[in-house]
Amino acid sequence: MYAINPDRLDLVEEFKARPFGEHSPDLQYVLNLMRTKITNAFPLLIMTRPYEQWTLAWKSVGDLEPARRTNTTFDSIEAAEWHVFKLRWRELTGSDCPVD
Amino acid sequence: MTTILAYADRFTARPGETIAIKASVEGADTFDCHIMRLTGPEAGPLGPKTAHEPLTHPANGSYPARVQAIHAGSFAVVAPHPLLDRLSAVTVQAFIWATTPAKGRQAIAGCWSEPEGHGFLLGLDELGRLEGRVGDGTGGIVTVRLDTPVPERRWLLVALTVDPAAATLTVRQWPVAEPRFDPEVPREASAACTVSAKSTGLPFLLAAWSEGEDARLTAWRHTRTGGHFNGKIDRPRLANRALGAAGIRALAGDTIPPELVADTVGAWDFARDIPTEIVRDVSANRLGGVTVNLPARAMTGHNWTGEATAWPEKPEHYGAIHFHDDDLVDCVWEDDVIFEVPGDLSSGIFCARLTANEATFDVAFVVSPPVGQARAKVAFLASSATYTVYLNNRARFTSPMTHLYHGRMTVMDPVDELMFHHPAIGISTYDRHADGSGVCYASRHRPATNIRPSGRLWNFHCDLFILHWLETIGEPYDVITDDDLHTHGLDLLRNYSVVLTGTHPEYDSRDMLDALDGYLRIGGRFMYMGGNGFYWRIAYHPDRPGVIEVRRAEGGVRAWIAEPGEAHHSFTGEHGGLWRRQGRAPNALAGVGFISQGFDDCSYYRRMADADDPRAAFAFEGIPDTIIGDFGVLQGGAAGLEIDSADPKLGTPPHALILARSENHSNTYELVPEEVAIPHGALNAVQNEQVHADMVFFETPEGGAVWSSGSIAYAGSLSWNGYDNNVARLTTNVLKRFIDPASFAMP
Repeated sequence: MYAINPDRLDLVEEFKARPFGEHSPDLQYVLNLMRTKITNAFPLLIMTRPYEQWTLAWKSVGDLEPARRTNTTFDSIEAAEWHVFKLRWRELTGSDCPVD
Repeated sequence: MTTILAYADRFTARPGETIAIKASVEGADTFDCHIMRLTGPEAGPLGPKTAHEPLTHPANGSYPARVQAIHAGSFAVVAPHPLLDRLSAVTVQAFIWATTPAKGRQAIAGCWSEPEGHGFLLGLDELGRLEGRVGDGTGGIVTVRLDTPVPERRWLLVALTVDPAAATLTVRQWPVAEPRFDPEVPREASAACTVSAKSTGLPFLLAAWSEGEDARLTAWRHTRTGGHFNGKIDRPRLANRALGAAGIRALAGDTIPPELVADTVGAWDFARDIPTEIVRDVSANRLGGVTVNLPARAMTGHNWTGEATAWPEKPEHYGAIHFHDDDLVDCVWEDDVIFEVPGDLSSGIFCARLTANEATFDVAFVVSPPVGQARAKVAFLASSATYTVYLNNRARFTSPMTHLYHGRMTVMDPVDELMFHHPAIGISTYDRHADGSGVCYASRHRPATNIRPSGRLWNFHCDLFILHWLETIGEPYDVITDDDLHTHGLDLLRNYSVVLTGTHPEYDSRDMLDALDGYLRIGGRFMYMGGNGFYWRIAYHPDRPGVIEVRRAEGGVRAWIAEPGEAHHSFTGEHGGLWRRQGRAPNALAGVGFISQGFDDCSYYRRMADADDPRAAFAFEGIPDTIIGDFGVLQGGAAGLEIDSADPKLGTPPHALILARSENHSNTYELVPEEVAIPHGALNAVQNEQVHADMVFFETPEGGAVWSSGSIAYAGSLSWNGYDNNVARLTTNVLKRFIDPASFAMP
């Protein structure tokens, strides 16, 4: 319960192929865990160039300080979601995401 | 780094009237202002090519920049008075319900100047312990405090007495009996005190202390305040002698005991004048005061039992005011730019774009024709109430839950970031106060990060898709607003052939709904261009334009939940919450009502059999397609974000035609909670067919008609492929037929 099976390569590929829209129940379970098991900071995006560039930022739960911008930028929101998916996979399974 | 914050004194103006724009600029000596007519959204490469129209006007130009302060935090105040100046022996007392006792020193009540150390104060110390403080203004300060913090969210009677004769300072607290088992006992502490409590010239403040005078206007006159208290205060009393425990408890009763009448300087009854900002003193002295920055009224008091759950039924149980250190109703900034609306300026949505160095800040406003004088056949009803209720929605960025229920990371831009660099600009009714209580008042008299032609495609910005469509098809239109609809009612609408809503007209007063209903009853034609409309009941402030109240009562998709007994608006006494719980579900007006929301992906509509009914032939003329709107700027489809469906049980007319129905929504689209009596796990769109948008049409008795898209995302599909698409064609077909004066016949 409340754990991600690191052997489910199929779910990783499903998310990479379609980060938005209908997901299988097992993938939705993984995403729900990734988006609720937040111990410190959670990710958000700052649109640093209108509709051209999104910068990854982190915000601590419950604080009202500005989000902490990183140097990681993306040219699409889909790419940003995939990057965060891999970060959270590593955080919650203890191993690197099997798909790059 | 340069930052600009600005707002206007009004959202709607008419030719000949003026709009005053107030700005605070950091990091620049000057700023520029350019007024322009907004013709569409700044929606990126997928959106329409928008070129706002610059307006030639004397208000354009360069202005000296300055920083203007924001004085947030609510309190109540009684102006300086000789009766206060004469106080030597003092008892000050109140019932309190502290919500953040650990946040640091806070004021409960007193005449106290913090910088001068002058006067007397009942408050909480750094550790949340009840503290009394007396100072003579020359450095002599005596304090006394209890040894344990006050409990959080628990009613207490608290008091400070200053007894010059006995040279003592005493604080006391008693728990108020409640049906719970928290261990609490009466507490008392005293200290020797030879310092005078004289407070010459100071106001009597509740929930704040004085921080001295300011050359500029502050939230109250020129007095700066600090030490704002978070929590409720009920029955504050002030006496001119040091009462003992029995006297304090007697003075805390329902009425002032005869033996204490002469000693009572002030007895403020917050259960009176609840809709107002008046604080009524029921003592013989009538030392009335005011609330500042709109603390929450109609709050359950120390004596609330649940016997009455509506404050108008038993106001004496609603004698509490809930103060917050982040309340803000008006920045009271000085004017910088005066825009006089030219007499020949046609109606539209405009904005003053303020720039300095790399910073930009837009202040949007509407120019409407004189009330009752339609200058076009079509009126676009700008959802000014909803824009206001969403103003500075900070919660979207402060919770990881946004990623969960949106199904995608939340996106902010540099203007959104201003809410965190300048938190004093205040929050929205989607937020909670710093103490966790829900925000029930929204004000436009402060900088808005959400009412602009850029940023998130939501509400105001999203509505500009509709304007761009009207501009593109060359259909003249007037722009009118919710605020004026509330004020002027049917007179605002009656001369228009067609009224179009925005994409998300979610918040409505009774007067607004009555006006729309009346418009349809005289043959009006109504195009509901969005989703989740006419959902929450609101109340407008009786005296302050642009200030709105929302109580998030029993049902609905809610950012917070009203506390028990606090579902009724303080401004009007009306029950708040969902209109569908008050016999006016959106379905009766628009044929559809809110059914689900999801933000990761949008879908399409499938044409239904009703589309082939001759009554609806005009809508689908030239559209042979089965699938409608499988494209769009907003997550790729016309059906999505927030969607509505038909339901005869909720008032969808029996003759309504369901022209098209959406399908294939994602897992994030869950059935709204008001549709779920027993949670069962099959609530999302993948498993629940109830989750869909319905596009409906129906006729009204006097030759009018209603057409509803039932989806916020719909407008984002209009401009797709250079407007060569079935959404634009269908919507234009409906508009043209609705403009045609030929009556619709009831089937």
